[in-house]
Amino acid sequence: MSAQTWTYILVGITFLIYIIIAIITRAGSTKEFYVAGGGVNPIANGMATAADWMSAASFLSMSGLIAFMGYSGGQYLMGWTGGYVLLALLLAPYLRKFGKFTVPDFIGERYYSKNARLIALICALFISFTYVVGQMKGVGVAFARFLNVPFDTGVLIGIGIVFFYAVLGGMKGITYTQVAQFCVLIFAFTVPAIFISLQMTGNPVPQLGLGSRGTDGVYLLERLNQLSVDLGFDAYTSIDRSNLINMFFITGALMFGTAGLPHVIVRFFTVPRVKDARISAGWALLFIAILYTTAPAVAVFARTNIIDTLSNSSYATVPQWFTNWENTGLLSFEDKNNDGKIQYVADENINELTIDRDIIVLANPEIANLPAWVIGLVVAGGLAAALSTAAGLLLVISTSISHDLLKNYLKPDISEKGELLAARVSIAVAVVAAGLAGLNPPGFVAQVVALAFGLAASSFFPAIILGIFDKRMNREGAMSGMIIGILFTASYIIYFKPQLGGPGLPENFWWGISPEGIGTLGMIFNFIIALIVSRLTEAPPKEVMELTERIRTPRGSQVSSVQTH
Amino acid sequence: MNKKPTTYWRTNLKYLAILLTIWFVVSFLFGIILAETLNQYQIGGFPLGFWFAHQGSIYAFVILIFVYVYLMNKLDKKFNVDEV
Repeated sequence: MSAQTWTYILVGITFLIYIIIAIITRAGSTKEFYVAGGGVNPIANGMATAADWMSAASFLSMSGLIAFMGYSGGQYLMGWTGGYVLLALLLAPYLRKFGKFTVPDFIGERYYSKNARLIALICALFISFTYVVGQMKGVGVAFARFLNVPFDTGVLIGIGIVFFYAVLGGMKGITYTQVAQFCVLIFAFTVPAIFISLQMTGNPVPQLGLGSRGTDGVYLLERLNQLSVDLGFDAYTSIDRSNLINMFFITGALMFGTAGLPHVIVRFFTVPRVKDARISAGWALLFIAILYTTAPAVAVFARTNIIDTLSNSSYATVPQWFTNWENTGLLSFEDKNNDGKIQYVADENINELTIDRDIIVLANPEIANLPAWVIGLVVAGGLAAALSTAAGLLLVISTSISHDLLKNYLKPDISEKGELLAARVSIAVAVVAAGLAGLNPPGFVAQVVALAFGLAASSFFPAIILGIFDKRMNREGAMSGMIIGILFTASYIIYFKPQLGGPGLPENFWWGISPEGIGTLGMIFNFIIALIVSRLTEAPPKEVMELTERIRTPRGSQVSSVQTH
Repeated sequence: MNKKPTTYWRTNLKYLAILLTIWFVVSFLFGIILAETLNQYQIGGFPLGFWFAHQGSIYAFVILIFVYVYLMNKLDKKFNVDEV
C-alpha cells in the first residue's frame, strides 16, 4: 500500500476514535463543561495536559528548528519543559485549593476587583486567540499536503471535527479526547525515531542513540560536528558565546510564560484533590519529556542524514523524497556553479540547497527509507497535536466569555442552564472565528506567539505567585505590576519586530535581548513594581488575607469546590 | 491551629527553596552559563554542557516534581492537613 492510502486509513481511524469518545463523554453541567466535573484521574489529566501543551509546532517544527540551530535550540527544550516545575511547585496545588474555574476568577477574587478580572480576561482572550489561529493553520497545511485537498478544505475539516467534540463535550469531552490524541501523537513521534536510532547507532532508545557511536565507530555528535565544520557551519554542539544572555532570557520567558498560560493552568482545576494537582503536573511533564528528549535526537539524525545523502551528490540521482518535497516548494536546489552536484554549505553565495525547517519531521521517515505506514502515522500524529491544542485553547476562550464576562461581569443572575448554553454558543463562535482567521492568517500571527508568552510571563505569572506567597499583596500592587509588565513587554516586542511594523534594529536590543526573551525582564519589573506599590498602599481586606491563608493548606479542597457549584 | 500552619508553611518554603535552586542550576547554570566550561567533559558521546541543555535538565525537572510530591504528601500527613 502507498503512503497516501496509509495516511487516509490512519487519519480516518483516529478521527473516528475522537468522535466516539466525544459522544460518550458529553457534558451535562457547567462544571463538567468548564473543568470536566473536577473528577479527572491525575494520570489521565497528565496525558491530556501533555496533548494540550504539545502543539503542531512542538510536533512538526521543533526538531527541525533544533537541527539547524544546534546547541542554541536547547532554549526551546528547557524553556518549554522547565515551566512545569514552576507550575507543580508554585501554582497548581494552590489554584486547585482555591477551587474556581479560571485564571480571571482567581485574579478577580484575590485582588477584590472587577477591573483586575477584566484585565486578566482580556489577556487570556488575546493569548489564547493568537495561539489557536496558528493551530488551525497547521491543521490546514497538514491536510493539504497529505490528503491532497485544498488548504481551505483542510481547515474546514479541522473546524468540523473540533466543533463537534468541543461544543458537545466541553472540558470533559476535550480531556478524554486529548488522552487518545496524546497516545496517537507520542506513538507517531517515537516510532520513526526508534527505527532511525536503530539504523544509525544500533541502539533502540533515541535518547541514548544520540550519545552513541554510529556504524563507523565514531560518536554521532562528533561526526556531525566534523561534517558541519567541513561545510563551514559552526560545530553542532559548540556554544554561541555572544548569544548566551539572549538564550538565558528566552529560556526564562518560555518557562515563566508556560507557567502563566491560561490553557495550561486551567488543567489543574480538573482534578479532584490538591495532591492530585501536584502529581498530575509531574505526569504531564513526564509525558511531555518523552517527546522533548526524543526531539533533539531526531534533530541530529535528520541533520546527519541530510548531509550524508545530499552533500556533493549528483542532482540527477537524488532520491524520490527530494523530488516530492521540491514540488511543494519547501525544498529547493539552484545549481549556481552548473556542475550538476548539490553544494550544501554555510556560505550563502555558494550554497545551492534551501530546506524549510518545518519539513524535517515529516520528511524524516522518507529520508531514512522507513515503511509507508510510518509516514501515514506521522501525519495522524501531527493532526492529533494540532487538534488537541486547538480544542484546549478554544475552551479557554469560551469559558472566558460565558463564565468570566457573562456570568461574573455582565449578567450575574444567569441560570446554570443559560450559562451552559452560553458556553456552547461561545465555543461554537470561537471555533468558527479561529477557523476563518486560520484561512486568512493575518501576517502577524506567527510573530505574536512571542507576544503570547511574553504577556503570560509578565502579567499572569507574577500576579498569581504574589497572590499565593505574599499575603500583604493588594489590589493596587498587583494591578500596577500587571499593567507595567504588559505595557513594557508589548512595547518592546512591537518596537523590535519589523513584522509588527516596529522600527527597532537588532543592534539596539537591550543587552542583546531579542523580543522573544523580553518577557523575563517584563516579569522582573512586574514583581518589583507590585512589591513597592503594595507596601505604600493599604493592606488587603481581612477576608482576602484569610483566603490567602486558606489556599496554602490542602485540606478542604473538595468542600470548597462543592460550595462554588 | 495558630502555630501549626506557620511551621507547615515554613517547611514548604524550605523545600521550594532547595528544589528551585536545583531547577536553576541544571538549566540556567549548567545548560547555559557554564555550558562552555562543561563541554570540556564528556559523558558517553555527549559534551556535558550540551547534554544538560538538550537532555539532562529535562530529566532533572521530572525528578524534581516527583520528589516535591513525595515530600509534600508526607508533610501534609505530619501536620494533619491532608485530604481524604
